Amino acid sequence: MIEIRFHGRGGQGAVIASQLLAMAAFKEGKYVVSFPYYGVERRGAPVTAFTRISDRPIRIKSQIYEPDYVIVMDTGLMSQVDVLKGLKPDGWVLLNTTKRPEELGVTGRKAATVDATGIAIKHGLGSKAAPIVNTAIIGAFARLSGLVSIESVVDVLLKKSPAAPEKNAAAAKDAYEALVFYER
Amino acid sequence: MKTMITGNEAAAWGARLARVKVVSAYPITPQTKVVEKIAEFIANGEMDARYIRVESEHSAMAACISAENTGVRTFTATSAHGLALMHEMLMWAAYARLPIVMAVINRAMAPPWSIWADHQDSMAQRDTGWIQIYSESNQEELDAVLMLYKICEDKDVLLPAMTMMDAFILSHTMEPVDIPDQKLVDDFLPELDLPHRLDINRPAGHGSLIMPEGPVMEYRKAMADAFAGVRDKILKVEEEFREIFGREYGGLVEEYRTEDADAIAVVSSTIASTSKEVVDRMRERGLKVGLARVRYFRPFPHRELREIAKKTDMLGVIDRSYTFGYGGALYAETKGVLYGHSDIPVKNYIMGIGGRDVTPEILEKVFMDMLKIAKDGAVDTEVEWVGLIGDERWSA
Repeated sequence: MIEIRFHGRGGQGAVIASQLLAMAAFKEGKYVVSFPYYGVERRGAPVTAFTRISDRPIRIKSQIYEPDYVIVMDTGLMSQVDVLKGLKPDGWVLLNTTKRPEELGVTGRKAATVDATGIAIKHGLGSKAAPIVNTAIIGAFARLSGLVSIESVVDVLLKKSPAAPEKNAAAAKDAYEALVFYER
Repeated sequence: MKTMITGNEAAAWGARLARVKVVSAYPITPQTKVVEKIAEFIANGEMDARYIRVESEHSAMAACISAENTGVRTFTATSAHGLALMHEMLMWAAYARLPIVMAVINRAMAPPWSIWADHQDSMAQRDTGWIQIYSESNQEELDAVLMLYKICEDKDVLLPAMTMMDAFILSHTMEPVDIPDQKLVDDFLPELDLPHRLDINRPAGHGSLIMPEGPVMEYRKAMADAFAGVRDKILKVEEEFREIFGREYGGLVEEYRTEDADAIAVVSSTIASTSKEVVDRMRERGLKVGLARVRYFRPFPHRELREIAKKTDMLGVIDRSYTFGYGGALYAETKGVLYGHSDIPVKNYIMGIGGRDVTPEILEKVFMDMLKIAKDGAVDTEVEWVGLIGDERWSA
């Protein structure tokens, strides 16, 4: 079983991202669960969401404490939230940034970066002040993890995006190509 | 059609597939999405029902009672304080023998405010005369709504039912769910034919004043008798459901690896789901533990629990609520039905109050404690709270 934790801010679409990723894996025949840590989900407040992906039915109903992947949709959160908490020693962190991981204090970790914000703005997703980066980040995650194909992600986005399905699918494809890997 | 939906959506789909005719509800976190989804179904013309908006849950249940009285299938949903506010009307619905079905999204009672899962809200309604079932998955929630209408509307039953799911852990969690074909549901679930419905061609009055010499006590006895027959209806309906839809859940109590178990956990809802994983992990290491998942709390599965007690050396009862009498409700009633039938030790573990996360690691500690009691043949503490902040014994 693979466990993924999303960190975002209210309004960025972290909960929807965890659901769309689960749908893409479900489409490929995997057992999946997606759930939020339901807190004070005001716009801008820190939000946590989770996805589990497995080859067997998933019966564990507790939260995820030792994820295999951590996805940080807003690196500004890293001053208030310990996003790497519990990440498995071999686990990956995916950062939405134009910086290098060590510039954000991430060292000794398998890390990858993508400018999901820039890609979302380019495709007109959300506003410049508050771009919706969730679909771009899933495209990048598909490349990073190999857990789901970009084709499945695109298919889910075309069918399930609440708005602008083509733009969301294009953003995911761009992010898939734009991912930068940093081995520790 | 297998698709990804939340527990709240599963409950709404249950109401839609059951061709419910009247829905009346008042929104409350974490139930809101159930009634939002139903409102959406109705607005889109996907569900042919009347949605009655009201100013409170008390009125929501009153509206369901009035509608059901005319012989149409009704549905509502609520949580915590909404359920508490309904209390008076819950008894009215049951004593009027109206087979209303309601989804309850289990949420802690305040103060302090908590919107997360525990069972205090529904356990506090256990004496209202409603059938109670606790789901462990979104699929079970949808299927329970369909089965409950069939059970409740049986002419030998005519009782209301509430189906419980844990706040957020199911209500906001997306899982794969098989949404059955409408045609199959129509074959399984006939239209409601309420024998005592209000009918202008057969004038009658219901619920008027009756003196102590009159048959109030007889009405209650008839209701108690009907409740006693619910167990067999549940088993019969589940068998019919399995034949049509290919899914089964184990009746009133689902047993999981209870064969040759040294200790068995008696537990309901999503804690049971996580516990199954723990049981498998411990069995792999040769530790003989098992699980009895109490699905129906009303009617209380006294026969099943007495049989399960014969198979093992101790029972560990996990409650996600507390009675403020002695222990949790599941514990108190389990011990009650075992008296005179079994001498094995029974210990109560109070867990997950106010949404406190119940992890596989902490459950494994509970099972290890149970195995020790099974070996010693006696409990150390009869009622123990597990997972309190700063309690090193149970920290994962």
